[in-house]
Amino acid sequence: MNIDTIQQRLLEEVADLHDVPEGAYNLRANGKSIGRNTTANIDIQSKPDGSGIDIRIKDGTTNESVHIPVVLSESGLKETVYNDFFIGENCDVLIVAGCGIDNCGNQDSQHNGIHRFYVGKNSRVRYVEKHYGSGDGSGKRILDPVTEVYQEEGSTVEMEMAQIKGVDSTERTTLAELKEGAKLVVRERLMTHGEQHALSVYKVCLNGDGSSADVVSRSVARDTSYQKFDACIVGNAACSGHTECDSIIMDSGRILAVPSLEANNIDAALVHEAAIGKIAGDQLIKLMTLGLTEAEAEEQIINGFLK
Amino acid sequence: MLELNNISFNIDDSDGKTEIIRDISLVVPDNKFVVITGPNGGGKSTLARLIAGIHPLSSGQIVFDGTDITDKSITERARMGIGFAFQQPVRFKGLTVLDLLRIASGSRISVSEACDYLSEVGLCAKEYIDREVNSSLSGGELKRIEIATILARDVKLAVFDEPEAGIDLWSFNNLIRIFEKMRQSSKNRTILVISHQERILNIADEIIVLADGKILKQGSRDAILPDIIGTQYASGVCSRME
Repeated sequence: MNIDTIQQRLLEEVADLHDVPEGAYNLRANGKSIGRNTTANIDIQSKPDGSGIDIRIKDGTTNESVHIPVVLSESGLKETVYNDFFIGENCDVLIVAGCGIDNCGNQDSQHNGIHRFYVGKNSRVRYVEKHYGSGDGSGKRILDPVTEVYQEEGSTVEMEMAQIKGVDSTERTTLAELKEGAKLVVRERLMTHGEQHALSVYKVCLNGDGSSADVVSRSVARDTSYQKFDACIVGNAACSGHTECDSIIMDSGRILAVPSLEANNIDAALVHEAAIGKIAGDQLIKLMTLGLTEAEAEEQIINGFLK
Repeated sequence: MLELNNISFNIDDSDGKTEIIRDISLVVPDNKFVVITGPNGGGKSTLARLIAGIHPLSSGQIVFDGTDITDKSITERARMGIGFAFQQPVRFKGLTVLDLLRIASGSRISVSEACDYLSEVGLCAKEYIDREVNSSLSGGELKRIEIATILARDVKLAVFDEPEAGIDLWSFNNLIRIFEKMRQSSKNRTILVISHQERILNIADEIIVLADGKILKQGSRDAILPDIIGTQYASGVCSRME
């Protein structure tokens, strides 16, 4: 597999990959698949029209992982990729996605990953997605991911999504539909700086009795960046939902948080929380009394907050 | 040794200038356990914050171990060996007890070293080491973690601002034990506590009574305590709960 040092660095950032991953994987670089491995239980096939891949995981697959990182190091490349995950029943798997863009040129680079998850009964999926941008060109690094999750009875999906550095513009959409007893947990971490814009939209429909969702976003907006967090949980059954947006603003950063709840069933219990503010002066002073400079204290507080 | 030379601190408010600390001069010798007591609003906490560098002096001079630290920042004073425990410990979303102890010690101390500090303040290390220093911790737990950060720093001068504030009786008893232990430890450490708790005054080498921004009395425990016992300057633990 031929990857250059920039691509290697991007892979490390988005998927913690230092080497070829174990288990099933598909590595995509500059618009092409450059490496793929399937296992007895996990199959990866290119879609006939070339628009993406289908990942099929057999019933009862446990303790296996799928890595599907994407790296872009060519300036001016724009692509939309459809990745569909068909996860059987009674599985327990880890899926690691993520996209890193290095843009040293003056043309915009953009990757839109459309991920659809069909999660079978009683399966548990852990999904980790990191986005990262680097490069000092004037071309923008743009990521507009769409994640759709369809959960069957008793399934659990835990999503961890992080975008900490270097992505100029992002519009992230996550849609989920949950049947009876299904559970969705989302942990989103976002940091924007410079003039970046980030929009994160969630719509979670709790359609089955006993279903639950917990969507928590922690974000930091620095410099003149702007973020909008728009999370809606719809309770259509006897369900429980919680959404939380906790944000730190710095410099001239701006954040709009729009948590919303829609209860269409008398037994739906839904809660939302949102808090935005700058770093508390006492927190800085406390860490300074432990010997940190103000800048070091700020960094520790942010690192902890986004951990 | 800490020397305060003619220090004053004023704030400008709507009524004009208010003097919080008025021309105080004071020497805190090395390896002593000194307690500053006095009525609420008398300037005790402000004095502690002036020593830590949280507020700048309006006038006067602070000398620590022979160096004039009047214009030194909080960070510089901390690095010279001054520790400060807050009256209301600060909460952090995301920072764990281990993170905080590592920041305090200034190095990536091992988990077992961090656990030692927690054990010293009477916390079961295993249960706390990975806990976030957030609102899930009680006032008493936070207070003990706050003290553990001072222990982890191994400071020359530890300033505690009303360590008993906001904790229950059970935690208070533990707190006294921790102070007694610190007092007995052979470490080269000066402890300055702001408190009007009789039991803390009882283990002091020296007591300073501060009222209306001035020193009212100062001397050894035996000289001062009999005069103030039973007054608001040296109250029993239960009077606080009433």
